[in-house]
Order: sequence, then structure tokens, then C-alpha cells
Amino acid sequence: QVSAALREGQITPTELCQRCLSLIKSTKFLNAYITVTEETALKQAEESEERFRRGQPLGVLDGIPVAVKDNFNTAGIETTCASNMLKGYISPYNATVVQKLLDQGAVLVGKTNLDEFAMGSGSTDGVFGPVRNPWSYSRQYKEKCAPKSHSEDKESKWVITGGSSGGSAAAVSSFTCFAAVGSDTGGSTRNPAAHCGVVGLKPTYGLISRHGLIPLVNSMDVPGILTRCVDDAAVVLGLLAGHDPKDSTTIQDKFKPFELPNLPDVSKLSIGIPKEYHAPGLASEILALWSKAADLFKKAGAKVIEVSLPHTRYSIVCYHVLCTAEVASNMARFDGLEYGHRSDTNQSTESMYAATRREGFNAVVRGRILSGNYFLLKQNYERYFVKAQQVRRLIAHDFSKVFGSGVDVLLTPTTLTDAAPYTEFIREDNRTRSAQDDILTQAANMAGLPAISVPAALSKRGLPVGLQFIGRSFQEKQLLTVAKWFEKQVEFPGIQLEEVKRHDHDVLQHQKSASFS
Amino acid sequence: QAVTVEVLDHLERLALVDFRDSEGVERLQKAIQFADQLHEVNTDGVEPMDSVLEDRCLYLRGDDVTEGNCTKELMKNAREKVEEYFVAPPGNIPLPKLEE
Repeated sequence: QVSAALREGQITPTELCQRCLSLIKSTKFLNAYITVTEETALKQAEESEERFRRGQPLGVLDGIPVAVKDNFNTAGIETTCASNMLKGYISPYNATVVQKLLDQGAVLVGKTNLDEFAMGSGSTDGVFGPVRNPWSYSRQYKEKCAPKSHSEDKESKWVITGGSSGGSAAAVSSFTCFAAVGSDTGGSTRNPAAHCGVVGLKPTYGLISRHGLIPLVNSMDVPGILTRCVDDAAVVLGLLAGHDPKDSTTIQDKFKPFELPNLPDVSKLSIGIPKEYHAPGLASEILALWSKAADLFKKAGAKVIEVSLPHTRYSIVCYHVLCTAEVASNMARFDGLEYGHRSDTNQSTESMYAATRREGFNAVVRGRILSGNYFLLKQNYERYFVKAQQVRRLIAHDFSKVFGSGVDVLLTPTTLTDAAPYTEFIREDNRTRSAQDDILTQAANMAGLPAISVPAALSKRGLPVGLQFIGRSFQEKQLLTVAKWFEKQVEFPGIQLEEVKRHDHDVLQHQKSASFS
Repeated sequence: QAVTVEVLDHLERLALVDFRDSEGVERLQKAIQFADQLHEVNTDGVEPMDSVLEDRCLYLRGDDVTEGNCTKELMKNAREKVEEYFVAPPGNIPLPKLEE
């Protein structure tokens, strides 16, 4: 809608950009952004406006404000990964996905906050502080949660966004941008999408280039897409997917961008319900939502069957080993010599490295590096690392067996509960939390399958809950068609942000249900 | 099994992250305990999986120089440098041993 508005001249790119920038300023308390690129954004908006004046917009995304997670390299803009190690690091190049967005004329409004080096499931462990879920300030949450508390109580009740792309999700959810790029290694795009009531797409591994994405687990990372509706996600996917000679893990098949049907039809599909996803700790209201969704599909004529993925509960353990092992290797590049933080210790190379890394990384990262090195020791290699790789094959095999038996798409919950209040979340350490929260999203990363989280309903506490669809490799079109059908059925309510409404009433009126497709 | 001091020392040297305090050791123990659950799974005869794209051929491009010459940009990010060299403190000096 916004794209059409830009084309018709109802609003100009610079106006749009300025509104988003002022909205970012008024929602600063959400801490969704690490860097707001005001000057470059306005310049890009002006260039876009010039193109519209000449009647030559570059495409659907021309002039649209977007945000990028801070573990993607952006030329000339500080890229920190929310870590002391990279504070002040100005990237010399653009990540491929960033370049593709800029080539389409998108306006980059800022880099969003995350867990340090994308490790975590709450966006609470970065050095710039935790990200607050915009729904904590929505009328829906306030009504259900604290109708008669005073303002200091309200301060402590804010909920987390989920992680690790929490900043991106919060940015899209609070209307400060129209689409955001995150990364997904264990659920890092879908988890915050579910908690913030936005659409979170994890594409098939190998579809979108990882060049420029600071890696966590090379065999499972993918750039993720966060938008307010499924159609937008399809549009962004169409622009970002495709082979990249700079990333040898992207497939060479030519990607054909697709448009989703206006009236998607699910009656000929087979929807699988994996019974192991009824994990311990799953909130009863989410379970009810899950069955209601299954019934919706049944009523529409789709075949809904229960399936089994027997190794689901080991995917978290497997992830733990593989992730820490890859992290130990990937974090080895941070030694302070070529870029990033460097300690003042100068007695020896090794002591300088050790001091730099101690100062630059937080406890979570250091813990993972240490565990990873342990699992990779010669005496442990077979028992842990190779074993985890074998379990990975079993998990991937589970999925291919299910898809091979005729199931088209799997329907599962995305998270076990709705967003937790920050004070509760931090009571357990990062690893425990990740193990709990990633349980439903992790397996799709193990097998490299595409998955999408679609907001489904509001919980008892007035917070969003999402449901996840997992599709076949490289069948994003089918996956997104199902997601779009579901989205239409559910009619998820828009967020009603009170405090922000006071300042920017007409911005919200204009953008409340705005999509750009 | 408990993590011995030798292993910890060895790990510190390999990982080059400081985690000498008891909290670090405890974390590691818990991580190992968690990972031990893997042994419940029977993986006889299963090939380890390196990548989900294993059925495809790796893309190789022609051996032509397509980019480079970015010395100036790259040197901007380094803190200690002399002309076009990165400066490191003296090497080959091992870390002090862990005493416990």
C-alpha cells in the first residue's frame, strides 16, 4: 500500500523517512536500534524522491524505510553485533542482502539491537541493553495485565521481545520501518516475530546469501525477514534470494520471484501436526490455538494428519554441541589485530589475545567458546561433535520422511509461552533460556528447511502468540501461500500503542495496517 | 566426568578466553552434562552430516581476480599499525599456567 502511495505521490519518500525517524526517536525507550542512520537515510530518501519525480522508481521497495540487524556489515556504518569487541567497528563493505536492499532504493533507517553475537533468545544480553517489546506498551497488554498499578510498577512489567533479532522485530512491530532483516540460526527470527506479533520468515538454507552476515553457525545461519504481513515477506524474499558468487553456500538454481495468489486455496494440501512439538512447558492456551488452527485447515478441506518426528527433543542438545563448536571456530577471528577491540596488554601475543577476548566478549560468548573447544578436543571429538552430526542427519531424515509421505506443510507452535516479563526472564541464565525457548524452532535450522511464524492471536495477557509453518526445502512459494491463507483467516489485531499515539497520532493512522506491497 | 585442571589449562590455551573462576568451570560442567544427553540416541551406521546441501555440487568460479586493492579501507580498522603492517606484541611466549 505504501509503495503505491509513494508512486501516486500521496506521500514523498523524504516525508515517510522523516516520520519513521521521528517515530524512532519517540520510541527510544524500546531500545530497538543501536545505530540510527539519520543522515544517510535522509539522503537515500531524497535520491528516491528524485527517482519518483522522474517517474523511474527502482521497484516496489524504492523509498521504503527498512532496518537491518546489527550483525550484518553495512559500509560506512558502525556494525557492532551488540558486543564490546566490535564497538566502533566501521564496516568497509555491505553485506549482500544490504546491498540488494540498497540497490532497490530502500532507505536504511538504522541497525537494530540483538543479543551479543546473536547468541540468546531474549535480545537481553547485548552490551547496549535489552530490547523492550512494543506490546508492553500496548493498550491490549495494559488492560489485561496491570489495570490498577502505578507507573513504577508498569516500568518493571515490560516484556522481552524474544531473540535474538529482537530489535528488528520491535522495529517492524512499532512501525518504525516496513521490513527488517534479521538472522536465524536456532529460531532467532521466528521467536521474536511470534512475541512481537509480526511475520518472521526463515528461508531455506542456501537461498539467501550470507556474505556480510557475521557468522554464528556457518551450517545453519540464514538471513531472516521480518515484516507486518506475509505478502511483504514474499516481496522481500523475491528481492533478496538468489545465487551469490561471494557465498559458496548459496545454490546455483535460478530463483524465480513469485507473487502470492489473492485467494489462496489450501483444500488440496496435506498439513502435518508433529506430535513431539507438544513439548513439556507448552502453555495450554497455545495448545488450544494450535488445535484451533488445525481445525481451520480441516474445515477448509485440507488433509490434517498427525505425524511423528521422533528425534525432535534431541535437536536442542545437538544444536548445543554443533553451535558451540562452530562458535569456537568463528570467534577465533577476533584477536584485536586487524579490527575491533584491542587490549592494552602488550607482553605477548597470546596474553594480548586473551585479554582482548576477555574484555570484548561477554560471559555468554566466552562460555560457548570454552564449551565448543571442549567438544572439539581430540579425546571428545568422536563422542560429541561427530555424534551431534550423526544426530543431525537423523533429525533431517525425520523431516524428509514426513515430507516424503505426502505431507506438504507442518503446523506447529512457535514458542512455548507468550513473551515473559524481563524480570522473570533474567532469573535463568542464557543457556537454559535458549534451551527452553528454541525447542520448537531449532529443528528447522538443523534440516535447513524454510519456516515462517505468523501471528495467530493474543494471549490471556494481551500479548501476541504465533504459529509456525515448516515447509519443504526451497518450496517457499507453497509455504507462504499457506501462511497467507492462515493470516487471512486469523485477522490478527493491530497493536494499539498508547504512549506513542499521543505524539504521532497521524503517523499511526496512516501506517496502522500499512504494508508496502 | 569432572573437568580436570589439565584439561582446563589446555582449553584456556586453545580458546584464549579467560574463564578461570569457579563460575566458568561450573558452566562448562553443566554444558557437558547437557550434551551428554546425546548418548541416548542410537547412531550406529549413521553418517555424520556436515551440511544440508550435501547433495549438491559446490559452486566453483573461474580463477580470475575480481576484487581486491582495498588495503586502505582494511587498515582503517586496525588499532596498531606501521605502514601496511599490523603490529602484534612479541609471540611465542606461553600463557602462565593455571594454579588451583
